[in-house]
Amino acid sequence: MKSSRRSFLKVAGVSALGTGLLKPVADLLAASGGHGEAPAEKVYKNEKALKAKQWAMVIDTRKFGSEKDLRPIIEACHKIHNVPSIDNKRHEIKWIWEEEFKHAFPDQELRFLPERIEHLPFLVFCNQCENPPCVRACPTKATFKRDDGIVLMDFHRCIGCRFCMAACPYGSRSFNFRDPRPFIKETNPKFPTRMKGVVEKCNFCEERLAVGQIPACVEASNGALVFGDLEDPESDVRKLLRENFTIRRKQALGTGPAIYYIV
Amino acid sequence: MNNTQTFYNGGKVFIGLIIFVILVTLPFWYNHGKAAPTPEPQLTEKAKAEKACIRPKDVMKSEHMQILNNWRNTVVRNTNRIYETADGKRFDMSLSNTCLDCHSNKAEFCDRCHNYVAVAPYCWQCHIEKPKETKE
Repeated sequence: MKSSRRSFLKVAGVSALGTGLLKPVADLLAASGGHGEAPAEKVYKNEKALKAKQWAMVIDTRKFGSEKDLRPIIEACHKIHNVPSIDNKRHEIKWIWEEEFKHAFPDQELRFLPERIEHLPFLVFCNQCENPPCVRACPTKATFKRDDGIVLMDFHRCIGCRFCMAACPYGSRSFNFRDPRPFIKETNPKFPTRMKGVVEKCNFCEERLAVGQIPACVEASNGALVFGDLEDPESDVRKLLRENFTIRRKQALGTGPAIYYIV
Repeated sequence: MNNTQTFYNGGKVFIGLIIFVILVTLPFWYNHGKAAPTPEPQLTEKAKAEKACIRPKDVMKSEHMQILNNWRNTVVRNTNRIYETADGKRFDMSLSNTCLDCHSNKAEFCDRCHNYVAVAPYCWQCHIEKPKETKE
């Protein structure tokens, strides 16, 4: 059958009109049938939640003498977050741990270190970078940067590819090579554990900030750790940064770490 | 037997076939007429006292998975942690701390139906169920 341009245009016009008329009908069907969307749910933030534009921390390492001073801080964190203690170094999970100066700050090339600093353990954990490379590496957006600067993980969404671990220049991330549950001495029922096959790291105690509590490490540090909003000139961290000389880990990489160390 | 083809060992073959069919269909005969009863999830005393969940019962029955999924997105992604029900009650959006607070009997409340419909949600690999009711 050969159709002329005229009859083609006629058919096209009628069809266009028809689909236009059908749409409201289709909408009506969609609305009445099937599950239908749930009524607009009302969700809120907790009024007590602590807010910031970019959370940051200042660690006054002058207040630490030895490993002994760091233990309670590490334990406080690992206990409330159900972080397992696995002896095998290759399976180890850590959110916050200690590191020697030369390993924590390899770019601070000092030929002669002060004696105090040379063997002083430094507290290291996720730097909550302003420009986090892990977020860019994550193929599922399981790791993302929140509006308040916290680099958070959605464990539900982690597929365990470990790109983020390769991307993180601070080794802040650990992978669950095995089920962590048998290695958790005391489980905190308020916080979930992780499962085999996901990556985990420090979450800046976002679950505590959300109910108005300060991070567990800050609480356990007797004032050696101070946290606050980096964007607020009146915040505690900004005050400390004004008054003291601080260094950051591997600053030259451009990740913008938000953890500052007074040495 | 002139023009027909010989069926060797016909008797044995047919008996064998019958036995085979019986064996294969045995599960159907075995369960015939006794459908597994629909499980009734049990409420704890606390849940009974509360009377109402965050949404009506039938919605909870059919859509709790979507609700939980929404909850986790709102909490993790949007940092909203408080849910307001239609009648104005407020709840902390948390499977471990809110849902399981009332429904602390996972074995009788969650597992019964999940086993019946043969689904195995992996919530519990991370979220901690109440310790005393861990019997599967």
